[in-house]
Amino acid sequence: MEVNEVFEKVKNLFVEELGIDAEKVTMEAKLEEDLEIDSLGIVEVVMAFEDEFGIEIDDDELTDVGTVGQAVNLLHSKL
Amino acid sequence: MSKRRVVVTGLGTINPLGNNVSDTWENLINGVSGIDSITAFDTSELPVTFAGEVKNFDANDYMGKQHARKLDRSGHLSIYATEEALKDAGLDNEERLGPNVGIVFGTGIGGIGATEDAVRTFDERGPSRVNPLAITQLMPNSSTGQVAIKFGIEGPSLTITTACAASANAVGEAKNMIENGIVDMVVAGGTESGTTSMTIAAFAQIRALSTKNDSPQEACKPFDKNRDGFVMGEGSTVLIMESEESAKSRGVEIYGYVSGYGSTTDAYHITAPAEGGAGAVKAIEKALKDAGISASDVDYINAHGTSTPANDKNETDAIKTVLGEKAHEIAISSTKSMTGHLLGGGGAFESMVSILSIKHSKVAPTINLNTPDEECDLNYTPNNAVDLEINTAMSNSFGFGGHNAVLVFKKS
Repeated sequence: MEVNEVFEKVKNLFVEELGIDAEKVTMEAKLEEDLEIDSLGIVEVVMAFEDEFGIEIDDDELTDVGTVGQAVNLLHSKL
Repeated sequence: MSKRRVVVTGLGTINPLGNNVSDTWENLINGVSGIDSITAFDTSELPVTFAGEVKNFDANDYMGKQHARKLDRSGHLSIYATEEALKDAGLDNEERLGPNVGIVFGTGIGGIGATEDAVRTFDERGPSRVNPLAITQLMPNSSTGQVAIKFGIEGPSLTITTACAASANAVGEAKNMIENGIVDMVVAGGTESGTTSMTIAAFAQIRALSTKNDSPQEACKPFDKNRDGFVMGEGSTVLIMESEESAKSRGVEIYGYVSGYGSTTDAYHITAPAEGGAGAVKAIEKALKDAGISASDVDYINAHGTSTPANDKNETDAIKTVLGEKAHEIAISSTKSMTGHLLGGGGAFESMVSILSIKHSKVAPTINLNTPDEECDLNYTPNNAVDLEINTAMSNSFGFGGHNAVLVFKKS
């Protein structure tokens, strides 16, 4: 899967599942500041990623993930 | 030091009769039933298929999907009702209400729907798929916390869970906080949104619910000989309560005074009321004493009036014990006949009804009261509203667990 395909899937998931405005979801968007995903929300996001991509994500893989782009790259590397 | 007087300056509600105070009041005095067949879930396997649901309310439209999905329905209703109440009290421009405002909310079973969903997910998909928001949605203090966050309420907060007396206790404890100078203002109320397939099944198992599935709007018949149980309802009602000085210095309209609060416990049986409503009698007496009035001063009683055989008889006995001969003259009504039983949200709703009755000089009826019961022989304002100058109104609330909470409201 190409990076831009992963991004489109992530964007769709944020919009459809989490109710985030589509125009806010860019590769540069910060999860906490721009998308208002707090510490509880991150757990939901991870669950949604795991279901969508059929993978498992450990908590320590998330320490460097602060933007949509970083999340997309992490997912892309695991596929 | 004399206690400070406590007034109500704002009201907000969302309930089976309306999504604001004015629609609700109009339906109350017109004797409209808010009860109907359940639309929220499939009832085909259930012994009871009707309830008082909130209608025409979409939380995603109201607060946006991203915010709405973080809250249980009781949280949605709580924020909605609080917003109306704050606007009514002239506080809608406050960014944060701050440390001199407290919050006391009542609920019977909190986010029970979120609990059920989480258990289902756990059973079907395992622990790693349980909703990470489950705890923050199901905890009984969820509404209290969410409302405090939304409106920046930084003073003391309490969540009261005395079943169907919960939000009457909330109004009473808010009164105590203001009287004693702990804060000048309290957002007081109660919310219930516990109409789920499991709670219906469980209440039905103890034969607490009406089973008149063929005639939902006529099913709730407080004080009628053919009453056969209560009807589940959902909703949230919020009162803005503050010291009289605070209201006067803000220059806002005062609806009325929260003058008396009596709270007792039956210590008798977990669901059945004590014989003769003994605990209720003591709560009524305490509320009257707290208000500094005698029983003969009461003009209107908003009864607990659940439509169960046991409550309505024992409540009638309790009123007779305290009021004596006057019991037969006084106007009484059970607005649960129209809303169903709002459980932990009932006391706040009925506090609102009491205050509006004083304001509008009108008593809302007990609908569906057609066949007199010799054991319930008082004036329950059957089927039609009546005009009445009301200076003092009393509201009774009693809960499973044996909790009794009685409030007295005065015009001046």
